[in-house]
Amino acid sequence: MEFAPKQDQSENTVSIPVGGPIQRTQYPYVTGTSVVAIKYKDGILMAADMGGSYGSTLRYKSVERIKPIGKHSLLGGSGEISDFQEILRYLDELILNDNMWDDGNSLGPKEVHSYLTRVMYNRRNKFDPLWNSLVLGGVKKGQKYLGMVTMIGVNFEDNHVATGFGNHLARPILRDEWHEDISFEDGVKLLEKCMRVLLYRDRSAVNKIQISKLTEEGATSFPPYSLKTYWGFSSFHNPTVGAEGSW
Amino acid sequence: MFRNQYDTDVTTWSPAGRLFQVEYAMEAVKQGSAAIGLRSRSHVVLACVNKANNELSSHQKKIFKVDDHIGVAIAGLTADGRVLSRYMRSECINYSFTYEAPLPVGRLVVQLADKAQVCTQRSWKRPYGVGLLVAGLDESGAHLYYNCPSGNYFEYQAFAIGSRSQAAKTYLERKFETFVDSSRDDLVKHALIAIRETLQGETLKSSICTIAVVGVGEAFHILDQETVQQMINAFEIVAEDEPPAADPGTSAGEGGATAEGGAPAEEGAAPMEI
Repeated sequence: MEFAPKQDQSENTVSIPVGGPIQRTQYPYVTGTSVVAIKYKDGILMAADMGGSYGSTLRYKSVERIKPIGKHSLLGGSGEISDFQEILRYLDELILNDNMWDDGNSLGPKEVHSYLTRVMYNRRNKFDPLWNSLVLGGVKKGQKYLGMVTMIGVNFEDNHVATGFGNHLARPILRDEWHEDISFEDGVKLLEKCMRVLLYRDRSAVNKIQISKLTEEGATSFPPYSLKTYWGFSSFHNPTVGAEGSW
Repeated sequence: MFRNQYDTDVTTWSPAGRLFQVEYAMEAVKQGSAAIGLRSRSHVVLACVNKANNELSSHQKKIFKVDDHIGVAIAGLTADGRVLSRYMRSECINYSFTYEAPLPVGRLVVQLADKAQVCTQRSWKRPYGVGLLVAGLDESGAHLYYNCPSGNYFEYQAFAIGSRSQAAKTYLERKFETFVDSSRDDLVKHALIAIRETLQGETLKSSICTIAVVGVGEAFHILDQETVQQMINAFEIVAEDEPPAADPGTSAGEGGATAEGGAPAEEGAAPMEI
């Protein structure tokens, strides 16, 4: 059945190391940070910055971490960028096979989210995870859907989701300020507010964000732009006041 | 059909371009007891005649629920039908598990047809000897398909397979244009009447037929005997305005002793074919 991702020939090492070194990656190398997404009046709005960090170095600054999937969905990913690209390949094949049926049925966001959950969970069970947290949002036949899957297969759907630091910094803002059928302009403002907080507080954030929207008509990616930041706080003028000896 | 020198195995073509083994497999479908399907925009009804070999034994199961939104009625070698139903159930549940959504009927039917085709192109296999009427719902509405041992499948508004199905088909051909907008109950009534056509004079009773329905907001299920009997009684009290040829049994008070012994015209039918 075409729903199972094909395994490479090289992946036939035992999952639990018994008498030999583990052959696959255990930790991520080039990573993306938070993705934040909300449902709004016409569909889904998703935002992520365009940074690919190599450890603590902000090495790549034009990484697209939000991609459209099929006609009905958007995928945003944080974590290992190469694993995100691998997932895009799996989904490409999935959507291709779905289109080849040419029968008027198509995989909606809920189905894609379910599929991704299965993939992530199965990899986790083999101790060989895809090191990502994914956000999958979409609209099909007027029904909006927004879900999240992590590298260990935890998944859920909600009106607003975020990955990584976004869970701690952005979601509280969304819980207070999101409401049903929020307009496009208000939605973008809300996402910018979240991204700004992340920019201030997450050291792996870069100031170049990409916002994408998905409606019944399809996916649109807006050109990347920078957020305005403010650093003129009085305590920044004399940072060592009250902490003698520090610099 | 007569025996000829090209009919020994399925991988031999005849000079006229026919695969006789496949055609013989389709004959097996014609020997099975009748199964009927009809659909409206929102519902599909499957009906079949269930004759037990003798009074002591139970009826052969001919309608299978494949998933909440798909069901199948079979005619022919019921063992083959059972195995294919198991395959269909397996495919549906695997799809449901992965995608948390129902498998579209159209895709299941193609998978089934491809499976049947394999058996027409391997020298060590034989074609499945069963015809399947697949009823189901998907995004684009209600569907009825017929899957044939040859590996072909067609979509139908209404169809009948098995022995004496021609009588049912004649009735359905007269009425099918009204099916699209029929109510669910009317659809079941038409199915019962079509079944009655295949009985050739025997009384229609809920003990010899099985009806199943699937529709928008209604999961696939087999109607219980009492419900079916009530529906039969309801339309038999009203005299039919176009009595089909050779069918005297319109009123409830019919003697019926002669037809009752369950005299199937399938003389010498092997047990597995009913």
